[in-house]
Amino acid sequence: MKRRKRFAGVIALATGLLLSACATSANNSGGGASGAPTEEEKTPPKLTNCTNKMKNDAPQVSVWAWYPNMPNVVDNFNENHTDVQICWNNVGAGTDEYTKVQTAISAGKGLADVVMLEADRLSSFSIQNALVDLTPYGADEVKGNFRAGAWKDVTQGDKVFAIPVDGGPMGMIYRTDVFKKYQITPPATWDQYAAAAQKLKDAGGPHFGDLGSNVPALFMALQQQKGAVPFDYDPARPKDLTIKLNDQASKDVLNYWADLAKRGLVGTQDQFTTDYISGVVGGKYATYVSAAWTPGYLTGAGVGKGSSKGVWAAAPLPQWDTANPVSVNWGGSAFAVSTQAPSKRLAAIVAKGIYADPASLEEGWKKQIIFPLSKTVQDSPDFINNKSEFFNGQTANKDVYVPAGNAYKGTVYAPIQVYYYAQLQAQLAKIINGKTTGDQAADDLQAQIVKYAKSQGFNVTA
Amino acid sequence: MSYATAVETPSPPNQPTAPAVSTRRRSLNERKKARIGLLFVAPFALVFVAFLILPLVYAFYLSLYSKGLATGVVFAGVKNYATAFTDPSFLRGVWFVLRFAVVLIPVQMLVSLAVALVLDALTTRLARVARLMIFLPYAIPAVIGALMWGFLYSPTFGPMQQLAKIFGANAPFLLSPDLVFVGLMNVVTWQWAGYYMIIIYAALQGIDSSIYEAARMDGANSWQVAFRIKVPMVSSALLLILVFALIGTLQFFSEPQILRPLSNGTIGPDFTPNIYAFSQAFSYANFNYASAISFALGIVVFIAVYVFLFLTRKRGSIFT
Repeated sequence: MKRRKRFAGVIALATGLLLSACATSANNSGGGASGAPTEEEKTPPKLTNCTNKMKNDAPQVSVWAWYPNMPNVVDNFNENHTDVQICWNNVGAGTDEYTKVQTAISAGKGLADVVMLEADRLSSFSIQNALVDLTPYGADEVKGNFRAGAWKDVTQGDKVFAIPVDGGPMGMIYRTDVFKKYQITPPATWDQYAAAAQKLKDAGGPHFGDLGSNVPALFMALQQQKGAVPFDYDPARPKDLTIKLNDQASKDVLNYWADLAKRGLVGTQDQFTTDYISGVVGGKYATYVSAAWTPGYLTGAGVGKGSSKGVWAAAPLPQWDTANPVSVNWGGSAFAVSTQAPSKRLAAIVAKGIYADPASLEEGWKKQIIFPLSKTVQDSPDFINNKSEFFNGQTANKDVYVPAGNAYKGTVYAPIQVYYYAQLQAQLAKIINGKTTGDQAADDLQAQIVKYAKSQGFNVTA
Repeated sequence: MSYATAVETPSPPNQPTAPAVSTRRRSLNERKKARIGLLFVAPFALVFVAFLILPLVYAFYLSLYSKGLATGVVFAGVKNYATAFTDPSFLRGVWFVLRFAVVLIPVQMLVSLAVALVLDALTTRLARVARLMIFLPYAIPAVIGALMWGFLYSPTFGPMQQLAKIFGANAPFLLSPDLVFVGLMNVVTWQWAGYYMIIIYAALQGIDSSIYEAARMDGANSWQVAFRIKVPMVSSALLLILVFALIGTLQFFSEPQILRPLSNGTIGPDFTPNIYAFSQAFSYANFNYASAISFALGIVVFIAVYVFLFLTRKRGSIFT
């Protein structure tokens, strides 16, 4: 009995210690948040657990990234630098990495010094004081290497939270064999797209495209193309957020795709799945509304081999108004510096220099791993006139992606972007299953997101 | 060895020993035993406290605070719980797992009970092989099992579709909104029926066979032996697996989470309460609200189990 009491005492004591530890850490993080960036330069510790080998004894900066040619990119950087070395790990692509990033941010430790992020995630993490404003660390030195739209994507107000590498100007991939067989020409407008889809169905052809519920970022881009401006946010006023998800343009685009799906003109298969890829290979979809990185992704997934070899071509994204064409962007990535980095200065050198040397960039675009946002590459004749193997020798960069990238104006993303995507995905799934209309989906979405933003403490302008 | 045992064994009361010596020795022995017992329990207790009790306490602590992206951490008291129990996403998830439990558990129990009774009645080598085969799905990790079923359900190259194609039809997509209930039930039953079968089977093996003999002498046939003797005698095992299944089903997570990318949006981020808590914590960075959801689910599980045990209190021997 006595023993039991003593044992209970131990538990109580441990619990008490734990609680006080929690309280302390909560205080610390609060203090860190409000504290000004008066940081003294700390010498970064020697890192273990790197996927790559160091080239010299310079201080090390840890990096998380998932580009397939990352080993070469890291070696290129390390060979060119005596002041800093990269210790790289791949902790997963996209969402897998973001889950770890978010956990490390919440824990207050464990995040790599430099992380690869897509532009639409930057404000979600920067609002948690997890990312370093790179303006004092020489972001302007490299600003000139990028076009205005690409730079705007990594900028919030007057702060720069990442250095871009890879972009996703949108275009339309189509199957020449299907188009030829059914005598269809690439649609220049969305009206023509719908008409061609109807024609294909009437002639007994396959689906013209695909409305996947799991590509909310793509649908946000398509809504922007018609003039929607979903969010406005400036970290200078961090509590103010403007949300406009149910304007006419947003509704029109949702209605347009809902209608195509209802009439059976497009498939409703989620993308990036085995089922979708097997459909793409098998000619189940005549077009793929997609981004500049898609050919590389499809090649990696096994499209463009065997029966689906040499049947692909790229065309500009269909427009709502050909007199005023609008270019939009889907995906692409950048390197941000974590506020957990012991030396922000060294981390910023890495963020600015990684995947920016000619050798890495050339491998990246030649193997279609990235669509480089570097102007040096985009302006080089080699890149512009490159005859794409996937597109059967078509100069897709010159015809489609470079003009689209140049015309892209940039996007403002919300700090609640992840939640917004999840809800948009749920609404798209409902549309696919005929449970809601485009109008209703947009209105519901607006109500949900406004409610959530308020619960997160934002002053919402709707 | 035998000598030592003899010394350790407390003397039987009828043996004439000096009472003073006996008490001293007994208390010494008991204290020693208690110390050894504690030593044996310590490794478990340590792990139990470090990985269950402390995280629980911490999660409860987290659930009392709330953190908005724009506000920072503030003390919320029970506000998170009030939000959870009025949150349509959470309530929809709870409603789904409750309905799922009500349908799934009887099916699962019937399957495992039937198989166990058949295997208990058979004594051939075939029975041994069959027992292993039926148990095998439980040995396959849940993640791999779910992935496998995902491929079997595939509307492009799944075997059901291949079969339907022969007849020029399309197989039903078992992860569509109307059928996902059935699709998931199939996966879970496949996974767990074998395990429950083993529990029931073990209980059946523990029944004294002289009882069967007596029943047969009284003229009972095989059906009567099965339903009048075997089933009532393993009722405590049935109750045990019922409680297991109830708790497991209310905490439904792995299977729908794995099948989520294959479901064309049917399985959303709030499909079950646990998936909702996971999304809140790791996708939306609301660790506080996620903790509250987890505890709220814990409350629901507690109530469900309590109600269940209350309803079956007469038969339950192991929990009362």
